[in-house]
Amino acid sequence: MFKQLRLDSPLPINLTINNRSIQVNQGMTVAAAVLIHGLSYTRTTAISGVNRAPFCMMGVCFECLMVINGQPNQRACCTYVEEGMQVEIQQGAMAYPRSQL
Amino acid sequence: MNNHYQLVIIGGGAAGLSAAVTAANYDLRIALIDEQAAIGGQIYRGIESVPKQRGKQLGDDYLHGKSLATAFHRSDVDYFSSTQVWSVNKQGEIGIVNNNQAQILTADQIIIATGAMERPVPFPGWTLTGVMNAGAGQVLFKSAGVVPKNEMVLAGSGPLLLLLATQYLHAGIKIKALLDMSTLTNHLYALPKLPQALLAAHYLIKGMKLQQELKQAGIPILEGVSGLKALGDDNKINSISFKHNRKQKTFTTDLLLIHFGVIPHIWLTQSVGCHHRWDDSQQCWQPKHDQWGKTNLDGILIAGDGSSINGAKAAEYSGKISALQAVYALGKINKQQRHQLTLPAKKSKQQERCIRPFLERWFAISDALLITADDETLVCRCEEITAGEIRQAVHEGHHDSNQIKFINRCGMGACQGRQCANAVANIVAAETGKTIHEAGIYRGRPPVTPITLGQLANLYPQEKQ
Repeated sequence: MFKQLRLDSPLPINLTINNRSIQVNQGMTVAAAVLIHGLSYTRTTAISGVNRAPFCMMGVCFECLMVINGQPNQRACCTYVEEGMQVEIQQGAMAYPRSQL
Repeated sequence: MNNHYQLVIIGGGAAGLSAAVTAANYDLRIALIDEQAAIGGQIYRGIESVPKQRGKQLGDDYLHGKSLATAFHRSDVDYFSSTQVWSVNKQGEIGIVNNNQAQILTADQIIIATGAMERPVPFPGWTLTGVMNAGAGQVLFKSAGVVPKNEMVLAGSGPLLLLLATQYLHAGIKIKALLDMSTLTNHLYALPKLPQALLAAHYLIKGMKLQQELKQAGIPILEGVSGLKALGDDNKINSISFKHNRKQKTFTTDLLLIHFGVIPHIWLTQSVGCHHRWDDSQQCWQPKHDQWGKTNLDGILIAGDGSSINGAKAAEYSGKISALQAVYALGKINKQQRHQLTLPAKKSKQQERCIRPFLERWFAISDALLITADDETLVCRCEEITAGEIRQAVHEGHHDSNQIKFINRCGMGACQGRQCANAVANIVAAETGKTIHEAGIYRGRPPVTPITLGQLANLYPQEKQ
């Protein structure tokens, strides 16, 4: 759906999305990274299990919830990419790991 | 006390920055809290890191944000970036979380400048992947230089569509069509507001220039479009259908960017206990406030588009006015000085407002869209409640937004009702004959942004065993 325009001075960041290694530019959100790497959805819904993708990009719709570094329910549009980050599509309602409660 | 400030400003957009810069002249301990990693809010998003070429594509009105950013960084203000506010109460306690650490700040005066969000308007297929807000497309462009890959469609009603289309045009992005869903009836009703709008003629001229540029570039602008539907397989959009010139039309596309104007983002003011009212002209809820930005709660002020939609420049003036009110309340200036100092900002804000009644009428959202005429359409995206289910609940005797919420969980999902509150109130009002104000809005309660039990438990780490 989306692509990255050429940057003046790109600073590459390496991360994985569903175990696939990708490289994006520093300073972008996880949601932006997901969209330019052709992932058509970020989560499946808790009720009927259908796919949803980023909708508002400003933290108010909660459609882009993903599992980021093992933590579920993270808004991908409010989270910035970091070196070595592990991002996964969130399947339905997910509880926090007990260790993080 | 370390965590105490005389003034805390929530939001680092046009209003918040302007408030901070203004108040910083009065020897106060001030904090500005912003959820983004960098200042600018949505309107000036990415303003500090935007490459030169992209800045040019986005235009001069966007680049104006640079002066605000510079002035802010020169001011003596404690800046909390990437910080979520999950609670504010009447006692002036502000719950924040930053880098997994929650804490409480306290303040004598609080300015809430949480800005606007795009008006959620449910229509058939709006939950498909590949349907996004136009503002979301603009955020991707501003903050990351991320733009649509293939030819796409813009649809809805509001000046942002013209602006975004032109910005995309400058970046060489292909636009299949712009579907203008504002109605001819709207335009006729808007005409009496035109003389007042002429007092801010530069906005009208800008709008006409944008339209002209798009037409010259050969981008089809289809006027009077209705009955928009997004269609697709496997929850992914592949086409749209709509009515234009009495004909049913279909376009294939993998991306539909929609926009139905903006509304104040009131979840924080709601949860604090500020009073709100439904504004018929702006078709949204607004926190009640006076000319100084004062709400019904002592020490809680509001500024910018979070109070009512007047645009980025007016937000800047409004931030200034609210800041001077806070400075006055803190005893740093007297009543006469408050009057004198706010006079230019008040005048400029009034000037900015001239265009609004015309725009509000011209781009007003039609009743059919506001009440989600199609029963099958999901209104609550989180809990997946359809318009039909809401209407059924009304017919069973639940005549108020909060009752609807209790009966079928509409508005109880992760977004806390941000995406469905307007539609539900409109449906209830249409079905019962009540006003939208009477139909009511969901009661907001903290936490207004997500916080884990672990973060709450660690609020006071020093008290831990």
